[in-house]
Amino acid sequence: MTRRFQNIIIGAGHNGLACAAYLSRAGQSVLVLEASDVIGGAARNRDLAPGVTVSPGAHLLHAMPADLMRELNLSEHDLSLAATDLNTVSLAVNGEAITFDGDTVTGSAVSDADKAAYVRFNKDMHRFTKALGPALEKLAPEIAIETWKQRLDLMGLGWSIRKLGRYHMREFLRIIGMNFYDLLDEYFENPQMKAAIAMDALWGGEWGARSMGSVLTYLYRMAGYARNGDVGIAQPKGGMGAVSAAIAKAAKAAGTDIRTGARVKQILVENDHAVGVELETGERIEADRVISNADPKQTFMKLVSPDHLDTGFVRQIKNLRARGKAGKLHLVLSSAPKFKGVDTVNLGSRMIIAPTMDEIELAFNPSKYKKYPTAPVLEIIMPSVNDESIASDGRHLLSAVVQYLPYDDTPDEEANRTAFLETVLDQLERYAPDIRKQIIEAELLTPRDIEREFGMTGGHWHHVELVFETFLFNRPIPALSRHTSPITDLYLCGAGCHPGGNVMGIAGRNAAQLILKGGK
Amino acid sequence: MKQYDAVIIGAGHNGLVAAGYLQRSGLKVLVLERNDHIGGATTSISRYEDFTYSNCSYVCSLFRQEIARSLELYKYGLQVIPYAGGAQIIKNDDGSYDAMGTYWHDDANRRDLERFSKRDTNAYDRLNRDIIRQCKFIKPLLMRTPADPTSFKPRDLMELLYLGKRFYGLGKEQMHETMRFYTMSVADYLNEYLENDALKSYLAGGATVGTALGVYSPGTAYILLHHAMGDLDGNVGAWGFARGGMGAISKALNDSFLAAGGHVRLNAGVSNFTVEHGKVKGMQLENGETVKADLVVSGMDVRRTFNAIDANELPQWVVDRAKNFRFRGSSGKVNIALDGLPSFYGIPKDSPCMTGDLHISQSMDELELAYDDWKAGRWSQDPYLDMLIPSLVDPTMTPQGKHWMSVFIQYCPYKLAEGDWNEDRKNAFGNHIIDRISQFSPDFKEKVLHMEIRTPKDIEDETGLTEGNIFQGELTMDQLMFNRPIPGYAQYRTPISGLYMCGSSTHPGGGVMGAPGANAAREVLLDLGKRMVP
Repeated sequence: MTRRFQNIIIGAGHNGLACAAYLSRAGQSVLVLEASDVIGGAARNRDLAPGVTVSPGAHLLHAMPADLMRELNLSEHDLSLAATDLNTVSLAVNGEAITFDGDTVTGSAVSDADKAAYVRFNKDMHRFTKALGPALEKLAPEIAIETWKQRLDLMGLGWSIRKLGRYHMREFLRIIGMNFYDLLDEYFENPQMKAAIAMDALWGGEWGARSMGSVLTYLYRMAGYARNGDVGIAQPKGGMGAVSAAIAKAAKAAGTDIRTGARVKQILVENDHAVGVELETGERIEADRVISNADPKQTFMKLVSPDHLDTGFVRQIKNLRARGKAGKLHLVLSSAPKFKGVDTVNLGSRMIIAPTMDEIELAFNPSKYKKYPTAPVLEIIMPSVNDESIASDGRHLLSAVVQYLPYDDTPDEEANRTAFLETVLDQLERYAPDIRKQIIEAELLTPRDIEREFGMTGGHWHHVELVFETFLFNRPIPALSRHTSPITDLYLCGAGCHPGGNVMGIAGRNAAQLILKGGK
Repeated sequence: MKQYDAVIIGAGHNGLVAAGYLQRSGLKVLVLERNDHIGGATTSISRYEDFTYSNCSYVCSLFRQEIARSLELYKYGLQVIPYAGGAQIIKNDDGSYDAMGTYWHDDANRRDLERFSKRDTNAYDRLNRDIIRQCKFIKPLLMRTPADPTSFKPRDLMELLYLGKRFYGLGKEQMHETMRFYTMSVADYLNEYLENDALKSYLAGGATVGTALGVYSPGTAYILLHHAMGDLDGNVGAWGFARGGMGAISKALNDSFLAAGGHVRLNAGVSNFTVEHGKVKGMQLENGETVKADLVVSGMDVRRTFNAIDANELPQWVVDRAKNFRFRGSSGKVNIALDGLPSFYGIPKDSPCMTGDLHISQSMDELELAYDDWKAGRWSQDPYLDMLIPSLVDPTMTPQGKHWMSVFIQYCPYKLAEGDWNEDRKNAFGNHIIDRISQFSPDFKEKVLHMEIRTPKDIEDETGLTEGNIFQGELTMDQLMFNRPIPGYAQYRTPISGLYMCGSSTHPGGGVMGAPGANAAREVLLDLGKRMVP
């Protein structure tokens, strides 16, 4: 007779673990079931080569709230940051790199007007982020106005926008629906600078800079910086897996049980109540409630039998957009690479390859037709520069987000991946001419590979696209926006919930707090 | 010099609507028009022998019925003839052709659709139901002044309350649907309902008209409303031709205005406004003449309007907003005089489908690729073409037995990557369109007698629409409702006292609706303490 748990959490991603930690600390019994052999979900580590540790999913930490890290004592659970406040360097073929350091932009091609505009831009965006920020930490407000609480929640959101003052509220309401391409055109002249800023709205998403709603995704990212305790873009020591490991330790210390290699086949539902799970091995584990860290599509289209759901609900879930467009490139290098215009001090920065906003669009275009870009845009980091534990023997690790890859389910997938790896290396070579000679090991993950490795539908980082129709009270759909579901005692705690993706942990924390309050 | 109570700049349809209402409400109104003809982009013009073209806007549906009735346009000769169908020509994989017809008669429509997809036939009804639902939500807002969401004035609060009430009246599920509808791409939206490529591209193409967005761009789904929001004599969703071309609308408006005692002066372009102490005092014309007026209503787009004011008279942020208001020329037009009716593959010659809109885009990917061309600064290789032969239902426009065809082209950039527009490039563009049509019409080329090629640059030069944007500014979320044209000045007023705007740059936007003109007139009269007649 196995022990009966109050909570089963499906998936040991950072949100699932955070949820477990909060529940356990409140005295609840929690069992976390993880399908793969390692914990961490998209914030995990694995060996790329002997002695080289890679973070194959997310590779930087920039959105986790400082108070969450404090509450879970993550520093006591061995989480430390190898580097904080990374600069962003936009690479140029001619070596005229542009460096972003806080409010300061440096680069020979950047005009004084643009430098001043950048300060103004940051100030404006911070202002808007502040208005939006609180709503991204609490439970999503409900769109209903039936009770006073619901009304007050909505009015609170309205008031935080009204508080901006008349001029800035108008500006907020104007730009929020805008595309980033046009907004950046209003502020800046330098095309390379615009492109580097633009990408921060686009990493992981499905669309290009000209797509409506890209200002919203930028503010969403900025809100992460605003709450992470001034560490800016940070690199955890030992890789992103260290973040999940620390949360797991916190959870275990509070009593959570974690089982890896335990793939859930289905969520058991009786009389519209979730009563436990059945594993692929046939083992059935019962619990008072089930909390899914899997994305909404998996949860409701694979793990729950459609017999238990309304057709309208199933249709809404089916129509959720989860078309991942971001891939990952990992290179083990024999020595530190030399990027044009980047000195050794800046080699540990975040380096962007995105020459102009129009070239971003050109990279984006083919992905609409399930094709690969010819000049991909990249976010490159060299984790081994800031953290020697990443690669031994003087070798280096290059980790890059490769934006705008199709979800390739064609029979030519293998060949396409091999061919595209060459395309990416060609692109890198333009900025680091000697890099090919330094490569010991290369790996490219397409969105489909990411789906295979991490389990998220469509390989989409944020589980569900971050856009207006799946934002706040609509994330992922209104019926699921506050972690509860049409099935009693089945909860969601992943990135598909409000507030959304990035290694943040808020969805896990909110779900736990809601459950502790009685699930309403 | 004769003094007028109000001067309207521009005899476009919105200017004439505003003029008509103001004149009937007891003001003495003068309309100044830069061109030697009235109508702006709502014109009928002869460019070749006895052929008359609707050379800019070419079909009628969105024009507000209440305006047509108030200004007695039917009495002044306006007749709108609904078209009986339309067709999507399909090129099969084996090289053969077929056409999916759409018909005014629902049963005929279903019968033809069923040939392609039984499933879609039912889904299409569901789709139309859902779109009409959205129409019902939005339609009453067209003739209302948008509330300023930052204002605590009773009037704005009441209007916001009205909006909120309507929104919450939709019910929880429909509120979500509405939010989705306004923010998603038309491709995603249609994919949720339909499976057949021909039907999807037939519908999706229409959602890119006049905008610099592609079918995969978020925020295009709601443009489907344009196909359902209009009505002709109470026939919801009907589209039609004004007899005598679109100029017939301007003509009826003009005649109605003149009959009420108004005056119109042609060849009287305004070069700048005279402003003293924040109040408008009149304007200087391009010929050097000055016209005095304390009340001016500008039908020009927002950028032109503010460009005609000394920047020192305006707050800097207003100048910036006007500068940043987005006009994106993305549409071209070719008007073709034909020596007889051309035949199209897949459509019988006497089919009622021929009297409506003909389309040849084969898939949504093809439509999106057309947009990629625009982004790169070229005209689309396989553009979305909206082809109509108005002379089939309106014989007044061509000599006996001849026809004219209006071809609307999406996309055609205002600026080409290779350089400015010139005669050679313009002709290459026109010929490209003819070649493209010829792929679907074997005898088309031999029937072409004349063609008038209109790039966004030409449209700008002739009508004054900045960058040739047919809506006087993109209809994207950041430029709609209380954001149109400038947040804080979305109620037809400007920072200059006595200066108003009535063009399509204002709410609810373009599409030969007349609503901006009527709304502006209402606001002017409100400030004068007068009631709008009728």
